Amino acid sequence: MGMLIKVGMADLKVARAPNNLLTSGLGSCVGVCLFDVGVKVGGLAHIMLPLSTQARNLENKAKFADTAIPILIAEMVKLGAVKNRLVAKIAGGAQMFSFPGASDVMRIGDRNTEAVLENLKQHKVPILAREVGGNFGRTIELDTNQGKVFIRTINRGEKVI
Amino acid sequence: MLGVFNLSPLQMDALREVGNVGAGNAATALSEMVQKPVDMKVPSLGVVPFNEVAERMGGPESLVAGVYLKVHGGAPANLLFVLPFDSARMLVDLVMGLPGGSTQVIEDLQASALMEVGNILAGTYLNALSMFTQLAYEQSVPALAIDMAAAIISAVLTTIAEVGDQALLLETEFIGGGDQLIKGCLFLIPEEGSLEIILGSLGLA
Repeated sequence: MGMLIKVGMADLKVARAPNNLLTSGLGSCVGVCLFDVGVKVGGLAHIMLPLSTQARNLENKAKFADTAIPILIAEMVKLGAVKNRLVAKIAGGAQMFSFPGASDVMRIGDRNTEAVLENLKQHKVPILAREVGGNFGRTIELDTNQGKVFIRTINRGEKVI
Repeated sequence: MLGVFNLSPLQMDALREVGNVGAGNAATALSEMVQKPVDMKVPSLGVVPFNEVAERMGGPESLVAGVYLKVHGGAPANLLFVLPFDSARMLVDLVMGLPGGSTQVIEDLQASALMEVGNILAGTYLNALSMFTQLAYEQSVPALAIDMAAAIISAVLTTIAEVGDQALLLETEFIGGGDQLIKGCLFLIPEEGSLEIILGSLGLA
C-alpha cells in the first residue's frame, strides 16, 4: 500500500507509484494532474489564480497557473518523468458564489481553467480529460499507477476521469 | 505599506475590540431574529495560513453553509458567515418558526432565510465598524453556497490571494438557539490596504 500525499491550497507535490496524490475541496481553484505512464510518476498542483504577473507577492509560485505548471513539470522530471510523455487531467474551476450581475472577479474559476489550459498547451502537454465548471466543490485523487483521477463531490456523486 | 502580519499588541487589541462590539451587535440581532439567547465568544484575531482556515471549519471536506458578502466603501473587505450544515438547518427552523428538525434540505426558501440572516449579521457588524472608524461601508447582496469548507473558503480567499498566502481573520463564534446548539463563525477578511485604513482611522496606524 502506498501513501496518500496531501496537496494543500496553493501548493504542488509530485509522487511515484504506489503513492497517490490528493487535494481536498477544490472550489474556484483548479487541480492539475500530470502523469507519466512510463515511470508511473504523477504531479498535482492546486492552483488558485491564473496569472503571477498581476500579483504583488510572488513568494509562492505554486499558487498561479503560469508559474506552477513549469515547476510541476520540472519536479516530475527530477523524479524521472519525461516531459514529452506527460499527459494532463484537470478538475475544479467552479463558481461557488453567484452574485447578480457578477463581475469578472467573480468568474475566477473560469479564468483559472482558461489559464491552466493555455499553459499546458504552451508546454505541449496533451489534456486527456477535464471536469471543470459548475458551482460545486471537488476533491480529487491522482492514482500514480494508471493515471486515473478520482473525483468526489458532496451532491454530484463520484467520477473517474 | 504596513506589514499586515506584524501588528503591535496595541493594534491587535484595538482590532479585537472593534470585532467584539461588531459581533456583539450581530449576536443581539441574531438573538432577536430567533427569539432565543445567542452567546458569542470573544473574537479571535489571527493571521492564518490559507490551509488552516478550512481546518477551523471542521476540515476541508466538511459540509458547511457559507453566506458571503463583499464590503465596499471605506475599507474594502469580505464577510463570510459559515455554519456546519446541521447548524444551518436548525437556524432555518428557528428563523422560520418551525419545530426543530423540520428543515432537511436547503432549497430556495431556506436559502433566502440563511442569506437574510447573513445580511442582518453583516449590517450590524458593519454599523459597529463604521462607528469606530468613522468610515462608510456598503455591503453587497449576500450569496450562499453549501459545499465543502475548503471549496467555499478558497473562493473567498482568491480575492486576497494576489497579496499573500495568509489571511487576517477576525473570527467570532456564535453559539445559540436554546436547547438546540447552533454554531457559526463570522469572518472579516480585509482586502489589501484596508487594515491600514482601519488602524489609521483608529489613530493606530
